[in-house]
Amino acid sequence: MLLWQTSQTINFAQGEFVMLPAFFVLAAMKFGGLSFPMAMLAGFAVSLLVLGLLFKRLVVEPVIRHGVLPLVISTIALAILMKEGVKEFYAADAQPFPAAWATTNLQVAGMVVSVQNLVIIAVAALAVAALQYFLAGTRTGRSMQATAQNPALARVLGIPVGRMVLYTFLINAGLVALASFLVSPIYLAKFTNGETLGLVAFVAAIVGGFNQVRGAIAGGLLLGVVDNFVAAYLSAQYRAAIPLFLLIAVILLRPQGLLGRVEERTV
Amino acid sequence: MMKSFIAISLALGAAGASAQPTVNMPIVIELSGAGAVSGTNFRDGAVLAIEEINAKGGILKRKINAPQADTQSNPGISRAQVQKAIDGDPYVILGPVFSGSVKANMALAQQAEVPQIVGAEAAEITQAGNPYIFRTSFGQQMSMPKIANYLRDGLKARTVAVLWVNNDFGKGGRDTFVKEMAARNIKVVSDVSTESGQMDFAADVVKLKGANADAIFVYTNEEESARFLREARKQGIDKPLIGETTLLGQKVIDLAGPAANGARGHVGLSADAPVPAVLAFKEKFSKRFGYVPDHNGIKGYTGVYAVKYATEKIGRFDRKLLAKTLHGLTIKPEQEPGILMETTWDNNGDIDRISFLAEVVEGKQRIVQTLPKLGSGK
Repeated sequence: MLLWQTSQTINFAQGEFVMLPAFFVLAAMKFGGLSFPMAMLAGFAVSLLVLGLLFKRLVVEPVIRHGVLPLVISTIALAILMKEGVKEFYAADAQPFPAAWATTNLQVAGMVVSVQNLVIIAVAALAVAALQYFLAGTRTGRSMQATAQNPALARVLGIPVGRMVLYTFLINAGLVALASFLVSPIYLAKFTNGETLGLVAFVAAIVGGFNQVRGAIAGGLLLGVVDNFVAAYLSAQYRAAIPLFLLIAVILLRPQGLLGRVEERTV
Repeated sequence: MMKSFIAISLALGAAGASAQPTVNMPIVIELSGAGAVSGTNFRDGAVLAIEEINAKGGILKRKINAPQADTQSNPGISRAQVQKAIDGDPYVILGPVFSGSVKANMALAQQAEVPQIVGAEAAEITQAGNPYIFRTSFGQQMSMPKIANYLRDGLKARTVAVLWVNNDFGKGGRDTFVKEMAARNIKVVSDVSTESGQMDFAADVVKLKGANADAIFVYTNEEESARFLREARKQGIDKPLIGETTLLGQKVIDLAGPAANGARGHVGLSADAPVPAVLAFKEKFSKRFGYVPDHNGIKGYTGVYAVKYATEKIGRFDRKLLAKTLHGLTIKPEQEPGILMETTWDNNGDIDRISFLAEVVEGKQRIVQTLPKLGSGK
């Protein structure tokens, strides 16, 4: 969504972007002999480089000038390349990924609460708050928003548009790395993880509103809650269909998404 | 140009003349996709046996050639790979492990009259009258009664919840299990199906927890079992988690970490079985491949040795005769050490041998009881 707003980039490899940083960490531990905390730092740095800088320079910049569709196709190809690359050079089967926090449970008023879940919610909330503050409360963030809204005018006003777009790609890379480190201890690290994650993220973004960060967050929450309620209390067999029902309903009734704004484009 | 052609032809001819004759045993197996854990173990077990046999001169002085093909855990692709293997004039086909794949491709091997040594466990595979199909582990019709007895006699369970994977393996196991529960007056209070490759088990665990059964029976493939165990621990499930080899295998334990502790059930095969030959196999396998094998490693290993023993018994490479010989055959470790434990195949290709009750304790599978063979063959 950040990428779409600043550079009109639709990234169909976003799920694989979440899958890959976990393998950077595992590779740093296995081949580099690093401890887990150091491997996490190394994995984060490599993610910024590969999924931020190199993705922008080697994939987006050469292709975007030919239109959005070639870029969409390129990111689909990139997703396959990343998936098969991990399968070929690391492992085809799932790998355990250590948790950076306790995996114990707390008893709260007779309920079992997982420390792991609390940490994930806290880190995700912190990341969202930090991102919102950065975008709305700092000069660089406002420049990025200006770039997103009107790159030509932003350039006239002296905003370094290229640098702002690069920042967006780096933030995106940082966020996917964070997501990868949070979900991999639960879902295990596997080359196919991106398929499910990418689809769910894409549907959540459309349901919530593709042009609003708060829309994507709301879409993700809604989808997660509905999916779990349906699977637990209605039918586990049809849970996979629910996101698609939601997607169709939103496209038919509110194409801009639940919290998105209507955009008009000159064609 | 002509000179080059002749030179190449002569070189090829010379190479052919000097090469030792081989016997073709393609391994068609899950090397990626949801069955990668099972398939890789089976493949590596078979490769270990083949290396050992080839180092000693092969079978009837012919070395084994074992090309590998990945089914990608996809029945359609497995069918194409088996057809490709048949085109290479195989003596036997090793694999696959996934029941859905075996059901999709076993008719091809049957038509070509090629014996197929599979790791699949779905009950119906050996009930279709195919004389060329042979298991390397218990079918569900053999293992589920043992689990049902354990639930009734060991845990004294009156109610049970079932979590199963919605593929041929899971569906077959679930149906057989439910039938066995009914026969023992144990009520199934929750019946939860999951998808192959499923990542999130939060809702399924909520459902199982809400059922408040005396025990939870888990019948999913290895990676899903590990994800389930992690989620069950997160949600603090305190009921006994009961399963088969796909819940108690070493790979599941490695993936699930401490969440696997306390899981228990019946294992038809185990690399931790208190049998010296099995423990020696485990050590050899770990040394050769750098990881601890699960039951699928034993399947691949013993499958190859069964073919070797039966072939040497008949004295020639005859596919039809091999299939006929394997039916009703009992192989003892003193006759063929590679078989590890005394094993009998019945006339359907089903297997009989000792099995075990196991529990995961501190990250290791611990065998708590050895169950005897059900009968004996010729």
